[in-house]
Amino acid sequence: MPETAVIDYKSEVKPTWCPGCGDFGVLRAVYEAFEAKGYETKDLVLVSGIGCSSRIPYFVNSYGFHGVHGRVLPLATGIKLANPRLHVVGMGGDGDGFSIGAGHMPHAIRRNPDITYIIMDNNIYGLTKGQTSPTSAFQFVTKSTPYGNIEDPINPMAFAIVYGATFVAKGFSGKARELTELFIKAIDHKGFSFVDVLSPCPTFNKVDTFKYYAEHLSPVPADHAVKDRVKALELAYRTDRHYVGVYYEEDKLTMEERVKAVQQKVPASTGLEELMARFV
Amino acid sequence: MARHDIVIRIGGESGEGVISTGELLTLAAARAGFYVYTFRTYPAEIKGGHAIYQLRLSDHNLYSHGDDLDLLLAFNQEGYDKHYLELREGGMVLYDTESVKASAIPFAKVGLPLTEIAKNQIKMPLAKNMVALGALGRLFWIPKDYLEKLVREKFAKKGQSVIDKNVDAVKAGCDYVEKNFPGLESLRIPVKPSDERIVISGNEAVGLGAVVAGCRHYFGYPITPASDIMEYLAGVLPQLGGVVIQAEDEIASVAMAIGASFAGHRAMSATAGPGLSLMTELLGLAGMAEIPLVIADIQRAGPSTGMPTKTEQSDLNLAVYGNHGEAPRIVIAPYNVEDCFYSTVTAFNLAEKYQIPVLLLSDQSLSNRTESIPKPDLSKVRVVERVKWAGNGGERYKRYQLTESGVSPMAHPGTADGIHVACGLEHTESGRPNYDPANHMNMVDKRFRKLRAALADFPPVEIYGDRASELGIISWGSTLGAVREATERALEKGIKICSFYPRVLYPLGDGYLDRTLENVKTLIVPEVNSQGQFATLLRRVYSGAIVRQNIYGGLPFRPQTILEKIEEVAETCQKPQLSTTRAR
Repeated sequence: MPETAVIDYKSEVKPTWCPGCGDFGVLRAVYEAFEAKGYETKDLVLVSGIGCSSRIPYFVNSYGFHGVHGRVLPLATGIKLANPRLHVVGMGGDGDGFSIGAGHMPHAIRRNPDITYIIMDNNIYGLTKGQTSPTSAFQFVTKSTPYGNIEDPINPMAFAIVYGATFVAKGFSGKARELTELFIKAIDHKGFSFVDVLSPCPTFNKVDTFKYYAEHLSPVPADHAVKDRVKALELAYRTDRHYVGVYYEEDKLTMEERVKAVQQKVPASTGLEELMARFV
Repeated sequence: MARHDIVIRIGGESGEGVISTGELLTLAAARAGFYVYTFRTYPAEIKGGHAIYQLRLSDHNLYSHGDDLDLLLAFNQEGYDKHYLELREGGMVLYDTESVKASAIPFAKVGLPLTEIAKNQIKMPLAKNMVALGALGRLFWIPKDYLEKLVREKFAKKGQSVIDKNVDAVKAGCDYVEKNFPGLESLRIPVKPSDERIVISGNEAVGLGAVVAGCRHYFGYPITPASDIMEYLAGVLPQLGGVVIQAEDEIASVAMAIGASFAGHRAMSATAGPGLSLMTELLGLAGMAEIPLVIADIQRAGPSTGMPTKTEQSDLNLAVYGNHGEAPRIVIAPYNVEDCFYSTVTAFNLAEKYQIPVLLLSDQSLSNRTESIPKPDLSKVRVVERVKWAGNGGERYKRYQLTESGVSPMAHPGTADGIHVACGLEHTESGRPNYDPANHMNMVDKRFRKLRAALADFPPVEIYGDRASELGIISWGSTLGAVREATERALEKGIKICSFYPRVLYPLGDGYLDRTLENVKTLIVPEVNSQGQFATLLRRVYSGAIVRQNIYGGLPFRPQTILEKIEEVAETCQKPQLSTTRAR
């Protein structure tokens, strides 16, 4: 880590979130995690989708890509492939990540790029003013489901674990210091690290609130076997409490390592003339 | 009379080796010095159905695969039944003696015991197509060792026994024709080998062009007829330190390409109509965030799933307008295989310099058509870099700085002092989201201003024919071949006509194409689509009479069809105009 003056990751743009928004806690933890890592701002790229939480790149002093809805992961993957030295962090909400973006997650997981994906999960669509989200509870009442949600929610932890993610964790925006530690672990993990952060929306979701989570939260049990995918899944399916901490982690070749292995395995071309000669 | 070219079509069941016979014959012929031009179709399913390979051999540069057939080789009865109507008068049928009923053939015919030799002599029925290869090779006076070398290369991984059997099959086919074919001399076209040409398909040329243009990142999704661009690059890019990712869908493909480009590297994807439809939202993002991007669309018959292995030119509207809002892009259509190479380089240069998405419109008939083209002279190929922000000490970087050309220096991650957030929201010069009315208008104007600046770098419209003529014909994409041949024949017949071949199809105007067509009073616009999409776009820059000519059966134009239209229009133009006002 280079010896530098304290790097300020705060940009001069003030967050557009409502007072009391859970995302403030995430933002603070993000700043502190980057401070702990000492990343140079020029080497840091935040990639987001569409939603309240996806505004976060503007609030961080780094490169960013505020893309279109649901495409955080392929955008981030393209950036990381083009320049593996960059520190790439994908960020977005539960709608962006588990509705329109859900189809990209299994494949990003399969590639295992060395990026961190943080979802700020408020079980609602906030920016569009209060519709049901894929993580909203069954029978949840919103403007789009005035008679109650008829769908069962996605289980973000189980989703990531089943698709094979090499680092899966849950956090809570109300516990900033622990969240910072979790983010540092996720960033340090070599490979695709996924963190679902419970990040309540005080404006549109009066059910999944800070108070509710604070009363129903427990840390992941100390004896939990983080290297056992089946045990991690069991933990994900527990309905008694919301468990925060690391559910699963393992070491696997990253996408960049696999790409490099292929490049090193094949005989190099001597150049463009040689390529053309193949058509003679 | 000296023969200068010959058109042969091979028809048989898909899976019988019709395509490999054709491919190897093409390559052998090209190495022997022939100019080659191919046309192929195959059914959308994997087994069963009919396959065609058509090859035109010549001693001079070719523009199309010809009109009627000189020779038809029928591997099976269907191979005869489906194609005999296209044999010209005096054409000849070659047929597999075991599978085709000779007595029903009224043309000059020669039976080739392809199946018989493969089964009884070579003891390998599958070698039928290699017997055919040998036979055709001898017919066209292609030296045997060219054929043998190719066969050895093709079966190299299958073991010596397989290699030897196939080489024997080729020899047997050669020998049979040597001994039994009447009038071999009549089919001889004298040519000499040349190393100034390469044999390549349209799709391969796009891939090669991308590599030469400096692209080392390709992201794609399999789709007929674009998959072989990905497959070619998947083999080549890792050898150059690059990477190909088969993404989970077309949306992911283009998003990855945008990410890679944002990170400072050229990137592309290739797809067909259904994939391009999926990509439109992200094309808008690239336009709004001003990210260089090249997307190739290998058009096929639509709409929806359409006819995946048939050709059409019906994605032009999608390429030009496909996006909500007003998101500028440039649309280029290469007009032959050689141009697939050069236009791909042009596409990258325009994308990089103007930080804009560029759509490259090819089509199915051009994609897997193989031609012998002049070997590109790499020393003459210009590769243009994007205008980069190099950092400027204290001055605050404005990613979307308003400039006269509309192009703002681009900083990519890793560059100190270049911090910014690229975004799809409307933004200020610094890239901060902003909804102010004046700002939006300034930014929209900036993005469209880039299109006008890009005019300076557009490849010129090619012109062939009588420049003073008031009758014109204009083609886009692969239709050039048929139009060019038809124009040649029309001029030979004394018809005054001029033909125009633009490569940039959008934007038009401001000096591009409008001035070129100034003296034309009647313009024929042949297109392989039903709505005349280019004819409609032309209205912006041309106010004379437009005569649309549309075919949309899934097959490309033939020169004869176009010639007939030219003759018809020329005659109409010459008739004195009847006045429609009644005498009082």
